[in-house]
Amino acid sequence: MARLAGVDLPRNKRIIIALTYIYGIGPKRSEKILEATKISPDLRTDDLTDEDIKLLRAELSIYHIEGDLRREVTMHIKRLQEINSYRGIRHKRKLPVRGQRTKTNARTRRGKKTGPVSKKK
Amino acid sequence: MARSLKKGPYVEDSLQKKIDKMNDNSEHKVIKTWSRASMIIPDMLGHTIAVHNGKTHVPVYVTEQMIGHKLGEFSPTRLFRGHAGGDKTAKRK
Repeated sequence: MARLAGVDLPRNKRIIIALTYIYGIGPKRSEKILEATKISPDLRTDDLTDEDIKLLRAELSIYHIEGDLRREVTMHIKRLQEINSYRGIRHKRKLPVRGQRTKTNARTRRGKKTGPVSKKK
Repeated sequence: MARSLKKGPYVEDSLQKKIDKMNDNSEHKVIKTWSRASMIIPDMLGHTIAVHNGKTHVPVYVTEQMIGHKLGEFSPTRLFRGHAGGDKTAKRK
């Protein structure tokens, strides 16, 4: 059992994959961390020694991950909204920020379809 | 793609000149500009710049947080008042 950076404990996966379950760590960063700590990427999470976990914990503290990163992102969005920039306005109105079309699609930002014809069989 | 650092931030020459002149005389007048692509630089702090949105000039008061953004970001070009017959009329501004 491994608890890193809060609540993340994917077991039975190769550690290089397991680390990517942490918010803010993708495959590339995972690779980098394992290189720095000299831990084999092929080890399963359950097979890690306490020593390994300690090493990982130290290495993880370098990066902005999980709560810190989430807070950082919301801060940036808040800043955009406060200065009333175009991007801020798009965030406020829950519309795509980067110039995508909204005539159709944009469902991720706008949420599930509603309206008279919602879906026929 | 980001602009090359070598070139420095883009500011329209005519706008830069006006800003410099105002800073020299420490005046604060509203400057009209059509240059939405100009970056907001520290020299513009505290000035009000009227940025064209295709129709009118929208006054933008430059604060510290805006530095590094483009003038056009603060002067919306589209005005959406909600769809006809919609119950909730979207408010803007």
